[in-house]
Amino acid sequence: MPPEVQIKGIREGLLISFSQGDWPDVEQALYEEIDHRGDFLKGAQLILDVEDRLVNAAAMTKLRRRLSDQGLSLWAVLSQSPETERTAQTLGLATRIHEGEADEGPGRAGDEGEEALFVRRTLRSGANISHPGHVTVIGDVNPGAEIIAGGNVLVWGRLRGLVHAGAEGDEGAVVCALDLSPTQLRIAEHIAIPPEQNGQPRPEMARVQNGQVVAEPWEPAKVLS
Amino acid sequence: MSGKVITITSGKGGVGKTTASANIGAALADLGYKVVCIDADIGLRNLDVVMGLENRIVYDLVDVVEGRCKLRQAMIRDKRLNELYLIPAAQTRDKSAVSPADMRRVCDELRKEHDYIVIDSPAGIERGFQNAIAPADQVIIVTNPEVSAVRDADRIIGMVEAEEKGPAQLVINRINLEMVERGDMLAAADVLELLAVDLIGLVPDDQDVIVSTNRGTPIALDNKSRTGEAFRNIARRITGEDDVPFVAMENSNGFLGRISKLIRSGN
Repeated sequence: MPPEVQIKGIREGLLISFSQGDWPDVEQALYEEIDHRGDFLKGAQLILDVEDRLVNAAAMTKLRRRLSDQGLSLWAVLSQSPETERTAQTLGLATRIHEGEADEGPGRAGDEGEEALFVRRTLRSGANISHPGHVTVIGDVNPGAEIIAGGNVLVWGRLRGLVHAGAEGDEGAVVCALDLSPTQLRIAEHIAIPPEQNGQPRPEMARVQNGQVVAEPWEPAKVLS
Repeated sequence: MSGKVITITSGKGGVGKTTASANIGAALADLGYKVVCIDADIGLRNLDVVMGLENRIVYDLVDVVEGRCKLRQAMIRDKRLNELYLIPAAQTRDKSAVSPADMRRVCDELRKEHDYIVIDSPAGIERGFQNAIAPADQVIIVTNPEVSAVRDADRIIGMVEAEEKGPAQLVINRINLEMVERGDMLAAADVLELLAVDLIGLVPDDQDVIVSTNRGTPIALDNKSRTGEAFRNIARRITGEDDVPFVAMENSNGFLGRISKLIRSGN
């Protein structure tokens, strides 16, 4: 009897566990399950609970590649086997999830390592991106497009639409763009309408200082604080 | 034969979709291709007027879709060009009378015997627009060099991309030469920079267009008109002809000159 695959949605992504069986059988069952579900799982972040099964680095690398071919990202491997856990850590995978008890206070979105949404296309009028974490866009954000982010917003391109960083109240959020000319810029509760810009556009970063949104030209020495 | 379906749309109304459809259709037919124009603006039909065929309408697109006539019966042959036909819209119905699947079916039948099927889309982003782009192989967006029209064009381009009908091509219509020279008009370069799509035509603002549409004679058939030439050039670019120059609408140092250089340098 083939191992049964259980898929459960948790805050961090999809938690996958198995009924019984050794790794090769379990791995096979997982692929079949993914093929079976098709596009339904596409883009999901997976947390694999392998319990005390031994999974070596080669097997884990292969699994990760295979999953990414299917449009899935392997985020964490949970295991009671110290060896498997170490392997996962070496490959840069998480080995612990803190289900439901993570702090949700403001500033959280600014923490390092927080998940960011990566958008690699131009956002045209009518496009809307809402994400609880950071948002990174490679491309332009045209007038009439909107980005609402819990964290920072970084645009590698022209930002001319509406952007709201720190939308859940994080005053420490910043907005950076190669050409920062948004229709309207919001950080937490602050709303700013940038003045008309003349001359050559240059990279700028907007942040809240003394209760006001200010935009400053980017200087390499400045680091996100 | 498998013809190509070209949908002409804009988002905003009044930018010149219908004029562009009539002229591009006429110019293609004038080049010797078999062309059918379809007016997808059900309830607000205009293409028949612009093409001067209003008084010949017996059956329309809705009659075809609802099975009251054969496709052939709804096709009105142009007065001047033997291989140009129009399928008019119904005036007494609305957009919901036709579905995207109906449009695909009608176009698939037309593809068999024609080179180009030109669809004049209604303004807006709703059902009528969805109907018009459903069968499209190529989408041409008409805009004017003004902020509101460009904004709507941007939205439409995004929707065309989402429908996987992209990349759309752009016609900038009604370029007013005097205003351009004074620097009072949005430069075509600005429009292109924002929309980031391929340019397929620059058409000047020309009062003769109003005269010709009122008369029902597409200006593209007037060999002396520069505006007509602009439309004929669009048709040639559609047929895949490379290196069709953008009409020099002023001295070549002016901005259109610069634009056409910009485009020819492979932008």
